[in-house]
Amino acid sequence: MAHKEVIFGLYNDEQDLLKAVKKAKAGHMEIMDVFSPFPIHGLDPLLELEESRIHIAGFIYGMLGTLTAFLSMTWIFTKDWPIIFGGKPYWSVPAFIPITFELTVLFACVGMVVTFYIICGLGPGVTNPTLDDRISDDKFCLAFDKAYVNEADARALFSATGAAEVNSKNL
Amino acid sequence: MSSPVSLIREPLITGNKTYHQITEDLISPTEKTPPLSWMLGFIVAVTFLAVFVFTVGWTIYHGIGTWNLNRTIGWGWDITNFVWWVGIGHAGTLISAILLIFRQKWRTGVNRAAEAMTIFAVICAGQFPIIHMGRVWLAIFIFPYPNTRGPLWPNFNSPLLWDVFAISTYFTVSLLFWYTGLVPDFATVRDRAKGMRKKVYNFLSFGWTGSAKHWQRWEALSLVLAGLSTPLVLSVHTIVSFDFATSVIPGWHTTIFPPYFVAGAIFSGFAMVLTLMLTTRKLLKLEDYITIEHIESMNKVILLTGTIVGVAYLTELFIAWYSGYVYEQFAFFNRALGPYWWAYFGMMFCNVVSPQLFWKKSWRRNIWLTFFLSIVINIGMWFERFVIIATTLARDYLPSSWSYYSPTWVEIGIFLGSLGLFFTCYLIFSRVAPVVAVAEIKSILKTSGNQYKGAAHHHDGHQEEVHHDHH
Repeated sequence: MAHKEVIFGLYNDEQDLLKAVKKAKAGHMEIMDVFSPFPIHGLDPLLELEESRIHIAGFIYGMLGTLTAFLSMTWIFTKDWPIIFGGKPYWSVPAFIPITFELTVLFACVGMVVTFYIICGLGPGVTNPTLDDRISDDKFCLAFDKAYVNEADARALFSATGAAEVNSKNL
Repeated sequence: MSSPVSLIREPLITGNKTYHQITEDLISPTEKTPPLSWMLGFIVAVTFLAVFVFTVGWTIYHGIGTWNLNRTIGWGWDITNFVWWVGIGHAGTLISAILLIFRQKWRTGVNRAAEAMTIFAVICAGQFPIIHMGRVWLAIFIFPYPNTRGPLWPNFNSPLLWDVFAISTYFTVSLLFWYTGLVPDFATVRDRAKGMRKKVYNFLSFGWTGSAKHWQRWEALSLVLAGLSTPLVLSVHTIVSFDFATSVIPGWHTTIFPPYFVAGAIFSGFAMVLTLMLTTRKLLKLEDYITIEHIESMNKVILLTGTIVGVAYLTELFIAWYSGYVYEQFAFFNRALGPYWWAYFGMMFCNVVSPQLFWKKSWRRNIWLTFFLSIVINIGMWFERFVIIATTLARDYLPSSWSYYSPTWVEIGIFLGSLGLFFTCYLIFSRVAPVVAVAEIKSILKTSGNQYKGAAHHHDGHQEEVHHDHH
């Protein structure tokens, strides 16, 4: 991560944070990020975050699972090693449904979870710098990058919106 | 913003909690030296686990001949235990997935522990099909992998193979769902920890920061995983029931099996969740997070699913009579009045009669009665699987091959030992991870915390919901 000088305000309540985000947006201040101990409803539209497309990825992974399961069983039981079970046809589609379903779910879930961690830059052994240890407890953090936002403007915003603390940190 | 604060629904978090107190209450059990009660429980659990290791080792060394299975009764306690554990493993995903989709807020108090319970129950379940194969070192043959024997493939038309796929998918998905929910909470533990502990939790928390975009994706992921887990959880016990229903054994060959097994699984799973949660809530002092309201909600699910199971039992009897098929009629006559009548009546009493007590509100809210009944139900559900499996096999088409089955000490040891495996895992979990989902509890505080719902609201249900909108 490139070197960043961050100024951030810590709020005690998510409603105060939402007001501050609104005000910052109204003043055209570029918000670096917002950190919180739990997902805040109503924050995403204020930050103009696009809806996550992870479900589209999930659909593709799921289809991949469907095809893998169904085509493998088809190939195995019609081409590679055809065996008659209980007088049924080699290509006994209804009997393939349970495994096809299970692999669809398996591929979709595993694929989405792996994608989630990769696109978020998270994973085993990853250490991301955090601005304050209390953000995962009870503080709601609004952060600005000093390269894009004037420090005085940021401090004015924080004091006007009732931030409990204002700090700076180099990331 | 526009989240409705219902005045009718009771608060789900009591004790005027703040965000910081929630962190303090839920994380601190992982930071303290375990109390004596935990130590004693752990010693007992590990003792049973040792019994498991010994009896399984005995079975593998000497072979399945150490069990009392015979030519007629090929499935006994092994498969009974398998189905019982898988059934128990259904509540966690039901609570985390189906209740998430139905937006039931009370799930947040119990979902973490219930999901953990699911994972441990599936681990226990998985032991039985593997050891009942006898030559466990060949267990890998159940997976379709390119091999030098042809390649020789497993039979994809067999419900036993569907089971392999269903259980392994279920285990994987439950584990991922559970762990992804744990990541933000591990970050909370990390941020409070020092030294070596911080390093460990830093690893476990995957570098979580709580960034807005991450939370957005996390919620999107949770919802889709819930959407996928819902049909998955229903499919798993459906496929387990296919192990029986697709055979031509009278008493097994019935179309009612899938829904009846799924209802039974939810029933037994909720009973086990209650057994665990009532103990955990007392020992970790979580009465403010797992309230009487939570217990009552779970008891309602128990009452519903117990009644569905009861209807299924009666439907089976009716259909057996109505079919006009003597073998089917005999199978059910034999279950109720044959040599295993005691198992049938145990099942009927524990699963159908006992949950009916929960029609009475004050009994649904009684902790001791709930705890007692949760154990009764688990015993009853074990009887149900035993009745279905052993009694049906004991009296088949040929009276010359009729037989009786009772377990050896090895089989009893494996079953009791699997309880040790389960409780050892659960007890370790309760010390290393927050047993209640911290972030999720915080996110419902303002809609379900007692102080936000005003002073004690005990209304008679005529109040309208009040929306606190700030538009």
